[in-house]
Amino acid sequence: MPSFPRVLLGLFCLLVAVLLLAPTLVVIPMSFNGNKSLAFPPVGFSWQWYDNFFRNPDWTTSFSNSLIIALIVAVVATVVGTLAAFGVSRAAARTGGLLRALLITPMVVPGVVLAIGIYAVYLDTHLVGTVTGFVLAHTMLAIPFVLIAVQASLEVFDRRLETAAASLGAGRLTVFRTVTLPLILPGILSGALFAFITSFDEIIVALFITSPYLKTLPVQIYTSITRDADPTVAAVGTLLFLATSLIIIAGLLLGMRRART
Amino acid sequence: MTDMPDRPALLTRWRPRGAVWLAAPAVLVLLLALAYPLAIVVVRSFTDPAPGLDNYVWFFQSAVNRTVLQRTFVVAAWVTLVSLICAYPYAYAMTIVGRNLRLALILCVLVPFWLSGVVRTLAWVILLQDSGVINSFLRGLGLPPVKLIRTLPGVVIGMTQVLLPFMILPIYSVMKGIDTRLLQAARSLGAKPWKAFLQIYVPLSLPGVYAGAIIVFILSLGFYITPALLGGPRSILLSSLVQNQVLSLLNWGRGGAMGVVLLVTTFVLLAIAAPLMRQNHSSTRREA
Repeated sequence: MPSFPRVLLGLFCLLVAVLLLAPTLVVIPMSFNGNKSLAFPPVGFSWQWYDNFFRNPDWTTSFSNSLIIALIVAVVATVVGTLAAFGVSRAAARTGGLLRALLITPMVVPGVVLAIGIYAVYLDTHLVGTVTGFVLAHTMLAIPFVLIAVQASLEVFDRRLETAAASLGAGRLTVFRTVTLPLILPGILSGALFAFITSFDEIIVALFITSPYLKTLPVQIYTSITRDADPTVAAVGTLLFLATSLIIIAGLLLGMRRART
Repeated sequence: MTDMPDRPALLTRWRPRGAVWLAAPAVLVLLLALAYPLAIVVVRSFTDPAPGLDNYVWFFQSAVNRTVLQRTFVVAAWVTLVSLICAYPYAYAMTIVGRNLRLALILCVLVPFWLSGVVRTLAWVILLQDSGVINSFLRGLGLPPVKLIRTLPGVVIGMTQVLLPFMILPIYSVMKGIDTRLLQAARSLGAKPWKAFLQIYVPLSLPGVYAGAIIVFILSLGFYITPALLGGPRSILLSSLVQNQVLSLLNWGRGGAMGVVLLVTTFVLLAIAAPLMRQNHSSTRREA
């Protein structure tokens, strides 16, 4: 029989878990609303907002823009961030520490300050509303996540394996390709996923550097919330919620299997 | 030992010269998209429209700005406090439950952590609005409606929920490394369970608490989307003022000065908190 404090702790945690997850679930019933309104409770049932998301060019274009930008960012940030992780963990300890502190600063700079700075630069260089502009800004924001993920797997990686391969005659590139890369691949892949999500969800800088010709999905969601009560945002929210949950469940299950073997 | 004195050093500390250059592309991206833009913000805050400290004088002399600055700090403090109260027991429970329950608890943190902030704020708009979930519930009970959206409490509630994972994760990562045998030892020496918890467990968990608190506080200070969508004219925070100065009034100097105030505050707070986040009790940490 659990003690009284334990029961209290359990109840409290249940409450926090509900607070973490439940508010977001409200988008699900709203997405099937029969009326064009975000007022609660929803009336009737319809798929029309999902239909609208997949047919209305405003939504389809912003979704494909986000997808394209996030994919490019995932590739660029993963390559650049992985190289940086090697630099940080293989440079002299003090240099590495300084470099790491420098490279993770994008995580703590207030979004709006960064956004007005980038907007100022992009106005001068005609990068507002361009894929290049989005990719550059989002890559900068994604580098810390790749760096942290790859560095974590480099820390547990046994350097003697490289030395062993080299002593058996393998060149530096062969060592990297056949020994180092396969062993740190999980870290690189989770870094790539973090980079993708960082770019896909990024909104503050995007709100400033967007143009009528290039909108990303978060910008479209934000303007839709501020402009009208279109339940399409609830449909998008539901789809994003499902996708995020599936990715995380898959990740947790994979991690569990790896821990078991 | 004397046979091969250099070998362990050779194997573990071998650092090829020039490895640091591997970070050059990342540093270049940071210079272009972080350092240069921030430098422009700082420069414009001193030069636009005329060189001098005018923008800062204006910022600190205006009563509206001082009110907003103070409000931003008060909101950040509330969000930090409430999320700490929610996060500490939750993170503790994550360390003591069985594996399946722990996975469920982790899932409840990670899904909101990775779900788009705009979507989570949208959910709060639906909940808090005048025709929202909470008010239709109150109406069902025959109670008068409450004004939640475009009020400060509404902003604090929404921000706390959005930022809660940033508090839970650092506390959990420190707590899971604490050796609970220390508590058993204290109890076997006659300490009451709550006393052992307060005197041994809590101090060991403090680096995580400081890390979580500073992250949440800093993110709150610069939070933009949630306050912009949930707040009203009487609950404007600093980041909305910055946005307004630059995008609506095209006043780069004043917007820049506000941005610099925000930036400097953030880095001062980080510098103060950095030593607190270090874990000094290496001897009391679990081996694995």
